[in-house]
Amino acid sequence: MIAIIDYGVGNIKNVYTAFNNLGFDAVITSEKALIDKSSAIILPGVGAFKDAMDNLYKHHLVNCIRENVDKGKLLFGICLGMQLLFEKSHEDGEWNGLGLLEGEIVRFDDSLKVPHMGWNKLIKAKDDEIVKGINNGEYVYFVHSYYLKAKNKDDIVAFSDYGVKVPAIVRRDNIIGMQFHPEKSGKTGMKLLKNIEEMIK
Amino acid sequence: MLTKRIIPCLDVDKGRVVKGKKFKDIKDVADPVELAKYYSKNGADELVFYDITASNEDRDIFIDVVERTAENINIPFAIGGGIRSIEDFSKVLRAGADKVSINSAAVKRPELITEAALKFGSQCVVLSMDIKKNGQSWDVYINGGRINTGLNAVEWAIKGEGLGAGEIVLNSIDSDGVKQGYSIEITRRISEIVKIPVVASGGAGKKEDFLEVLKIGKADAALAASVFHYKEIEIKDLKEYLYKNGVEVRRDF
Repeated sequence: MIAIIDYGVGNIKNVYTAFNNLGFDAVITSEKALIDKSSAIILPGVGAFKDAMDNLYKHHLVNCIRENVDKGKLLFGICLGMQLLFEKSHEDGEWNGLGLLEGEIVRFDDSLKVPHMGWNKLIKAKDDEIVKGINNGEYVYFVHSYYLKAKNKDDIVAFSDYGVKVPAIVRRDNIIGMQFHPEKSGKTGMKLLKNIEEMIK
Repeated sequence: MLTKRIIPCLDVDKGRVVKGKKFKDIKDVADPVELAKYYSKNGADELVFYDITASNEDRDIFIDVVERTAENINIPFAIGGGIRSIEDFSKVLRAGADKVSINSAAVKRPELITEAALKFGSQCVVLSMDIKKNGQSWDVYINGGRINTGLNAVEWAIKGEGLGAGEIVLNSIDSDGVKQGYSIEITRRISEIVKIPVVASGGAGKKEDFLEVLKIGKADAALAASVFHYKEIEIKDLKEYLYKNGVEVRRDF
């Protein structure tokens, strides 16, 4: 069973539906016991960084996530959920994230249209089982105004070009993040989620 | 780079997709969930559902359509029509929509844009504007194109962006359903002045119209209804055409 963390932000039903349609046994939960029992944790997220972190603390989920990750369980952050994995965000202030990966979340340059909204090409930075069967140039759906400035280039599996190199898929060991919405990225998104499923088994 | 988006728009009345001309003469077209699935598999980058029903009872049917759509497609979709409050936003977002577009309610109470942006994020707040040219000026209309608010379209777009809208949809009332092309000049003017994506709507009749509004009109996306519903244009063919003419579009679906 995989646990999709419900911490009171964003629309997580679509994430659940996508996993469910792929045959995953998924639950939406904020209960520590269920999360501890799960085989993998999905951290979805839409909305503001600070609210999301506040909500994680309010639901006593920060330590719970850390403990599970330390035990080697797969943690998969989507969109804002990916940003939360990192040390710090500059979204309307300066806020600490979960700090599981190194890097900061910064705003796009004003010369670009923001949000970065729509379909953009994935470009692989390295080979990884997450991008198995994905060709360079396949499109995925992004909606975000802030992006990751990674400290370790080696964490970046794929990026997209939006004036700057936008990290699109990150991974370090059992921690994975996608800046775009795989659940909204058509066939390519489904392939990526299937790859995640393979990794959980 | 980011692709230009092609967005079929489904006007929904009593659980059915319908289509009118210049906001009138409504005709029944199809089952919304089936049509959404078809578009999702055949190259649409996004969908928009407009609730054109009036009664509360029909409103519940619409929410059911939204829920069933969300379960059956894996591309983003927006909801518009009859959204007046934060509660309305919550309701359709919970049903599975990714974005919500507001029109008359934003004109009547502009703070709604800010409140929704703070609560749900700018990315899901779409400011939809029904616009019409009067002399030299483009005015904003409400109530299905019946009332001229006297607001200037360019000024309203700038204000909406400042209030926190994440995207703007421009519906040209004169072009709607007439299939004589989008309103290029105003689309370009607004797209150049705001820093958020602009979606052109109203007037698509042939492939060239899409090319024109995406290239010359500088729209980030083009929305259309009847040309897609009646299969006068297949999105796949449209995208090949756009690509050959130098417009970046998503062709692997």
